[in-house]
Amino acid sequence: MNRNKWSNVIRELLANKLGITAFLFLLVIASAAALAFLSSKDPNQINVLDRLKPPGAGHWFGTDDYGRDYLARALYGGRVSLMVGFVSMVFATSIGVAVGVISGYFGGLIDSLLMRLLEIVMSIPSFLILLLLSVYLKPSVGNIIVIISLLMWMNIARIIRAETMALKEREYVMYAKASGQSSFGIIIKHIIPGLMSVVIVSATNNIASAIMMESSLSFLGFGVQAPNATWGSMLNGAQGYLAQAPYLAIFPGVLIFLTVLSFNVLGDILRVGFEPKLGKR
Amino acid sequence: MRRLIFRRLLQTLPLLFFVSIACFVMVKAAPGDPVLSFVTPNMHAEDIERIRHNLGLDKPAYVQYFLWLKECLTGNLGYSLINHKPVLDQILERLPATAGLMGAAIGLAVLIAIPLGLLAGANRSKLVDKLVNLLAYIGVSIPLFWLAILLMYFFSIKLHWLPSMGMRTIGMDSAFDVLLHGILPCSVLTIGFLAVYVRYIRSSTISQLKEDYVQIQYAFGSAKRTILFRHVLKHVLLPVITLLGMSMGDLVAGAIVTETVFSWPGIGSLGMTAVRGMDYPVIMGITLFSSVMLILGNLLADILYSFADPRIKTTR
Repeated sequence: MNRNKWSNVIRELLANKLGITAFLFLLVIASAAALAFLSSKDPNQINVLDRLKPPGAGHWFGTDDYGRDYLARALYGGRVSLMVGFVSMVFATSIGVAVGVISGYFGGLIDSLLMRLLEIVMSIPSFLILLLLSVYLKPSVGNIIVIISLLMWMNIARIIRAETMALKEREYVMYAKASGQSSFGIIIKHIIPGLMSVVIVSATNNIASAIMMESSLSFLGFGVQAPNATWGSMLNGAQGYLAQAPYLAIFPGVLIFLTVLSFNVLGDILRVGFEPKLGKR
Repeated sequence: MRRLIFRRLLQTLPLLFFVSIACFVMVKAAPGDPVLSFVTPNMHAEDIERIRHNLGLDKPAYVQYFLWLKECLTGNLGYSLINHKPVLDQILERLPATAGLMGAAIGLAVLIAIPLGLLAGANRSKLVDKLVNLLAYIGVSIPLFWLAILLMYFFSIKLHWLPSMGMRTIGMDSAFDVLLHGILPCSVLTIGFLAVYVRYIRSSTISQLKEDYVQIQYAFGSAKRTILFRHVLKHVLLPVITLLGMSMGDLVAGAIVTETVFSWPGIGSLGMTAVRGMDYPVIMGITLFSSVMLILGNLLADILYSFADPRIKTTR
């Protein structure tokens, strides 16, 4: 990846107010979640006397049905949601790049086999697999990450395969081949660097969908288990108190919405920045 | 054309076969012994063995698979472990509720997305475009279950305008009542589909406007609106066909969350109940059913596409 591309991306980001806002929002939410331990509030501290207190000076986000501080829960929940999103993205992207590069570079039988495998996985509605697996693997953060990654690599693999097939025909790759470099060396030195922009764009969008999957799963009660919270499971709890305490449903929902929105916005800006010829979509 | 259809059918068969294996393996790998759901406390060990034998569970896994496949092909998807009713009957019983809800949502989304996408694509970077873009961003990024909760809060709890649960008021049996119950879940799903459709239609409008035929129409002095709604529209409908085909796979799985929030008695909530009760035959049946829908949807989209656009021949 050359420097020109990066400066393009940074220029695109700075010129876009929405982009800066999204970036700053994610920065704030990530640091707040990471630094939540500095607060004196314990997210799991039950206080029956303080049940369902509306947002106010003592509790900025109010308290939930066990009298727990809702802001602290939202911050610790955000930590899990963001981590699941990020780590799943890393795994899914790694699988996707590996499958895509191998398929696109070697072609032939390996390509056919991998693509058939991909078609099979894509033919089963992923949310059903997600539910199914989360039932019989014990619902821990680690398992959720594994399940989500296994359901997300297919799109990246397709994109990377197409890109690899195009890169393979480029002259510098041909020269490298002619000069007797090993396939592995060519892939590492010449193919992967050429794929970086595509990888970064789809990785950004993938964090968004991983966070969405995790919160849907936790919302249905199959995700991270009590007493630990994620934004999705907080919404699950909030459902029962909709009439008395609607703020319980507002805060986690807004957080998921803005986080996913920010990643989607950034993904689109990165895409335009890396490929200016596509123009603003 | 016929060759293309034939070839796509041939590709679909092995795919269906492997998907059925995947479904079988997933459920087979699940913990728990299905025989236990038939066991009563005063049964002897040999009774349990007899049940196992009668169910065919003492045979090797691949034999079990082919027996299961044979039954599936004759329309027997097995029986629920919980209420012992045939799985296929339960799915078919719930199908109208889900298909009605999803059909209405997809139909509405297409009807709204086409004019919005065309206008946005034709007026790039203008106000309409920015608004449509914002709408699409919101629709893609909002968790649908949260949207469902919000709508329920405002329209059912605060305003008392619409019912929040189920499909019918107990004791009432009118189409209007069902319609009233359907408004909220249908709106949620419509917004979800709309966001995706509008983006597709917008970007395909943009690329169509660069085509020669549009320039020629301009040269002939046709009004922009005529070009847009008479000529570009026709070409933009092509990706919509593909989208509709892909949406068929969402028919069941896409409604799980929404149906659960609104207690809509469709296949999605049937699946949720089955997952909660670890009712494997039902889970397997629903997974197989929705996978087949997804594969057939894609197949149908490809075939329709090739009818609509004869330029695509047997190249793929």
